[in-house]
Amino acid sequence: MKIIVCLKQVPDTAHVKLDPVTHTLKREGVAAIINPFDLFALEAALRLREQVGGAIHVLSMGPPQAAEAIKEAIGYGVDEGLLLSDRAFAGADTWATTAALAAGVRQMGGADLIICGKQAVDGDTAQVGPGLAMRLGLPQVAFVKGWREVAAGHLVVERQMDDGFDVVRLPLPGLITVVREVGEPRPPSLKGKMRAKKYQVPMAGAAVLGLSEAQVGLAGSFTQVVEVFAPQASGQRQMIEAPAQEAGRLVIDYLVRDQAIRVGS
Amino acid sequence: MSLVDDKAQVSEACTLCGTCLEVCPEGALSLEEVARAVDERAAFSRGVWVFAEQRDGLLPEVVAELLGQGGRLAADLGVELSAVLLGHEVAGLAGELFALGAETVYVADDPRLQYFNDDIYAEVLARLIAEHKPEVLLAGATALGRSLIPRVATAAATGLTADCTGLAIDKQRRLLLQTRPAFGGNIMATIICPLARPQMATVQPRVMKKGQRQEGAAGRLVTVELAPDQAAATQVLEVVRAVGEQVNLSAAEVVVVGGRGLGGPEGFDLVREMAEALGGVVGATRGAVDLGWIGHAHQVGQTGRTIGPKLYIGLGVSGAVQHLVGMQSSEVIVAVNTDACAPIFQVATYGIVGDLHEVAPAMLARLKELRG
Repeated sequence: MKIIVCLKQVPDTAHVKLDPVTHTLKREGVAAIINPFDLFALEAALRLREQVGGAIHVLSMGPPQAAEAIKEAIGYGVDEGLLLSDRAFAGADTWATTAALAAGVRQMGGADLIICGKQAVDGDTAQVGPGLAMRLGLPQVAFVKGWREVAAGHLVVERQMDDGFDVVRLPLPGLITVVREVGEPRPPSLKGKMRAKKYQVPMAGAAVLGLSEAQVGLAGSFTQVVEVFAPQASGQRQMIEAPAQEAGRLVIDYLVRDQAIRVGS
Repeated sequence: MSLVDDKAQVSEACTLCGTCLEVCPEGALSLEEVARAVDERAAFSRGVWVFAEQRDGLLPEVVAELLGQGGRLAADLGVELSAVLLGHEVAGLAGELFALGAETVYVADDPRLQYFNDDIYAEVLARLIAEHKPEVLLAGATALGRSLIPRVATAAATGLTADCTGLAIDKQRRLLLQTRPAFGGNIMATIICPLARPQMATVQPRVMKKGQRQEGAAGRLVTVELAPDQAAATQVLEVVRAVGEQVNLSAAEVVVVGGRGLGGPEGFDLVREMAEALGGVVGATRGAVDLGWIGHAHQVGQTGRTIGPKLYIGLGVSGAVQHLVGMQSSEVIVAVNTDACAPIFQVATYGIVGDLHEVAPAMLARLKELRG
């Protein structure tokens, strides 16, 4: 089975801090990491390869330094990588991103299965996986938490829903996005790390992919960000300054007064 | 793009890619012209649509919220509000959608739509969009919505904004102003989709206000037929409902969340007791889950579930950014933590700096007193 894992290099949002004065993000010195959800995608690919054999390729779009993310993936035991990098790709919304990724998948000769993390922690849209599947005309199952069956022509997966899960048969070629439950990522192997050190990450720009500049990046995007602002502190805020037990009693009284909880009928 | 009466016509599928410019031998096209033609897509598109998700013939609360908000947007635009319903033996829900404010309901009722399969659902929705050209389409940011709608937006060649918490209309330009949190909730961004139609957004549950219910309201019912050869590629073999560890955090009105400040797995006894007393469910922070104190099904936050209950109570929760993102749309937030500098106090309606093992039992005691 040939698997392509899509991964994104993101700023480590756990360490992104807000400037209390300007309400802008302080991104200086914030490390770039592989999107945590994409590590679950990578882990799912590694487990599937262990089960049925095959090859794992990773595909990313980003600035030249995103090659580091692909090298890191090589360290986990991935076979090959491809970085889509071009100034023209900058500022892409999910529509323009899937245009580039779809071309990247074709450049890699397609795959039996494409795996994406459910979403990236910087954008949080969860749109790229399903959008990419549509672009490639592939069936999809999003929010996969595990699988029951792997065969040459199909997968039987468990899809997380709000009220439980569905068991879904996905014919291959197809695309899945995965959630944390597919498995905790293993650490990179020593052998993989050695290979990653020497690995030259192949890169492709818009021209190589046969994409015009109007199709990708900001120019190829439908959506535009028109305003960015600090989240509003909604409603009132009150610290209850009282000894612990009294504060506990008081807060219940406040909640009853606010009709946030009901007592009696 | 196609030729109609020897004149090039730009279809609604145009993406402004510019390929047509390269292939036109006469150089008769310019991107500006094409852009104007696409602008006409905006000029011809009218109406606000809500995707009325259903599971097992039940409409989740978010559908009522979307119709409430959709009605306000439609009034601002001076257009009709419609709902789209896909499923099998679901036509009976149309009345409910009229009562919730829909003026037109499109129903595709077919055994092939009984279970949610992304591809066939997306095909049906994209075809309806192409036929009827709504200018706005809203859907819930539920598991189903977040899976399906990006595929529909791509099929319809239009923009999509995920997980919106605010929607408004720029009346002059007939644009939907879509506001959503980004960068782990550190910032809010307002996004527009100036050219393509429909302007699509998924909306976080429990954010928008429902409209006034009109019992017995009637409207226009439009039946949608599937093509005879239409079939889903994927196949739902089994639907497993929440059991045991599965927790429907997203739908709960009250969520009591335990964090690392609980001190150990036994700390969750107190959380459970509080949740039970308030008719709520138990949530947990990633820290508590990672320590193995409770199952991942309870996790609230960016890598868990996003919640927006009427009441959130955090016991020993410090409020990491990833957690705040997943709960900050809660109506009332109560936080109990020993650390006065804990970030959760910045979003808390009521903050108590103190030992939760003293505060929480006092809360429970007061509740009992009041309830007699």
